Amino acid sequence: MPESVQKTYSGADILLECLIEQGVDTVFGFPGGQVLPIYNALYAYRDRVRHILTAHEQHAGHAADGYARASGKPGVCIATSGPGATNLVTPIATAYMDSVPVVYVTGNVPQTLIGTDSFQEADIVGITMSVTKHSFVVSDVRKLAATLREAFFIAASGRPGPVLVDIPRDVQIARCSFEPAAGEDLIPDYPPDHPALQLRPKGEKLQQFAARIAPLLDKAAALILQAQRPLLYVGGGVVNSGATLAVQELADKMDAPVVSSLMGLGAYDPQTPRYLSLLGMHGSRAANTAMQQCDLLVAVGARFSDRALGNAQTFAPNARVIHIDIDRAEINKNINARLHITGDARVVVGLLNQRLEAQDHLRWNQDIMALREVEPGDPHAFTPRNILHTMHRVSGGSLSVATDVGQHQMWTAQHFPFNRARQCITSGGLGTMGFGMGAAMGARMATGKPVALVTGDGSFRMNLTELSTLAHYGIPVVIVLMNNGTLGMVRQWQTLFFDKHYSNTTLDRGPDFMKLAQAYGITGHQVDTVAGFEQAFREGIAAGLPCLIECLLNIDEMVTPMVAPGQPINEFCLV
Amino acid sequence: MSQDWNDENTPMETRNAFLPRKSDALGRHVISVLVQNQPGVLSRVSGLFSRRGFNIDSLAVGPTEDIELSRITVTVHGDHALVDQMVQQLYKLICVQKVLVLDAGQAVERQLVLVKVRADMQSRDAVMRVVDIFRARIVDVTRETLTVEITGEDDKIAALLGLLTDYGIVEMVRTGAIALQRGPGDIKQSAQRL
Repeated sequence: MPESVQKTYSGADILLECLIEQGVDTVFGFPGGQVLPIYNALYAYRDRVRHILTAHEQHAGHAADGYARASGKPGVCIATSGPGATNLVTPIATAYMDSVPVVYVTGNVPQTLIGTDSFQEADIVGITMSVTKHSFVVSDVRKLAATLREAFFIAASGRPGPVLVDIPRDVQIARCSFEPAAGEDLIPDYPPDHPALQLRPKGEKLQQFAARIAPLLDKAAALILQAQRPLLYVGGGVVNSGATLAVQELADKMDAPVVSSLMGLGAYDPQTPRYLSLLGMHGSRAANTAMQQCDLLVAVGARFSDRALGNAQTFAPNARVIHIDIDRAEINKNINARLHITGDARVVVGLLNQRLEAQDHLRWNQDIMALREVEPGDPHAFTPRNILHTMHRVSGGSLSVATDVGQHQMWTAQHFPFNRARQCITSGGLGTMGFGMGAAMGARMATGKPVALVTGDGSFRMNLTELSTLAHYGIPVVIVLMNNGTLGMVRQWQTLFFDKHYSNTTLDRGPDFMKLAQAYGITGHQVDTVAGFEQAFREGIAAGLPCLIECLLNIDEMVTPMVAPGQPINEFCLV
Repeated sequence: MSQDWNDENTPMETRNAFLPRKSDALGRHVISVLVQNQPGVLSRVSGLFSRRGFNIDSLAVGPTEDIELSRITVTVHGDHALVDQMVQQLYKLICVQKVLVLDAGQAVERQLVLVKVRADMQSRDAVMRVVDIFRARIVDVTRETLTVEITGEDDKIAALLGLLTDYGIVEMVRTGAIALQRGPGDIKQSAQRL
């Protein structure tokens, strides 16, 4: 076709075409001067790509993150240059710490103005360099399509993570030809030994990978055979690789109890007898004790965060560690491993299972299971535990739960029995207060299934402006607001470690949350009994509309058990 | 990598990977990094080192025989576990293609220093004799100063600079170490594996 009649696309159109070829049907964002061409394309493509307008870029960023966590597909967020882009720094860092695939698209000033401190100019690539898996500035519209394909590939490959694509305004306007791509053509043209291409082998490459790690698998099997007190530790990598079934089989073959990191919640069914619940600072007595007593620890897709370890020097003192992770840099970073295998959890654990004979450690399992908590007292007391149990009972297991950060988050992690991967949407690594509202919104948009947000009055103040977004789009998130009138987790530390000096933690001030709900056109309930909560929650789920349930809790309610930071994880300061 | 934790015979002296092992003093290491020649790549590499708390002694960067690739040479101090972390973290950067730790003895290492030293009528001859002994070169002369160019390894350069200090160093600049492995192999074949 002669060049004169070849169809050309603007950079903004190419962005939309590339989103469509990646299967993206929903994006989150906020417009501005330097993304006007993109928003013009969003208008033209509005029947194929839905754009959710949030009240603040931060929550659009978290929404794309929640979308990705709930679905496993990359989320997409768009923001303008300067302040729009810098408002994404917290969501990007949040996604980075928890290995979530998100493609963040920012506009920037035209290239002729870059470096001149022009209006709304910020070096967002420089600002976010240490919290992105990778980032691009697109300087030529002819490279835009390949760059976007590479961005999606990098975000989702290996250990997932956020990728930033910064597109100057002139590149959004400039035109060139565009060829749609699909399947293999979407994979960037990397050399065959590029790290990103090696991690999730298929077909012939899988055979090669299996042959290469065979000696390590033999050693791992031998270590498992020697162990008397084995323990399995699952992390977010099990969720990301879809290794739930493989890990269950491994636990059964090892005859080992199972503990989980915060990011691993849902990867192992808590209602099976092996499960000891959360490990670490707010881990269960059974989980933390098992860790200190085990003689073999198999960690799958977990990174030994300080919140899980307590004190690295005294961690699992009797254990040989087998560490299976897709990210080689996690090996021997925090905890030295006796043996490590780098690769996708589902592939590696699957191969390991083939080599294992079923073991029997009846006595060890009995000893550890005896430490599991018995169901405590009054089921009618209005406690976080009873609230979370009610949520689970009423929703029948179909509910996904997003959280903000603080006491309510730990209560949710401890008491909501997550039994499938991607059911728990929480900011584990960065601990981002304000994460939950956007994340819940994104999770709901991705799955179309019931989503609750469990939040606290501190976190809720950071994102309540997004009630307008929920209301406008009718996104049916049930918000369970645990209102104890304080920044509870900080207060807990002040109680325990700072002589009860409640410095700037008491939230003895507005707003009236019921009036707030009304102002945003959302149903509000204020409850202080389990029965009242159950009724409000049932109504909220059934209504198919956003609603707010404010639970009035005692200001001195604590998260228990607790290990003080830096202490051995079996030495609880609160039980 | 000289340390292989997948070798069962390796002793485990500590659980905490942050603490240096006693048997493994803080050695000097030269890390060669082959990177795609793109804007921002130097920021990514140097940013990684600062963010992870790895101290860089020197860093040199320049183009290679392949127009698409640049080579960064970083010298660091640390134990083997720390160097292993550096290598693995470097591989996580998309722009990094190959990483090779060049241990002393297996590599040829050089750096270039330009040093302007005080040298008047009285001291000029003495300075020139010192420069001769080190096979350094004089590249600029004034009534008050000589500018000396020297290439070599760290020890040689330190020795010359020690002597020149007696005469008074006005200013100096150094490139940081660059290194290539000895023998016919290249970084693409010898690079540390994942």
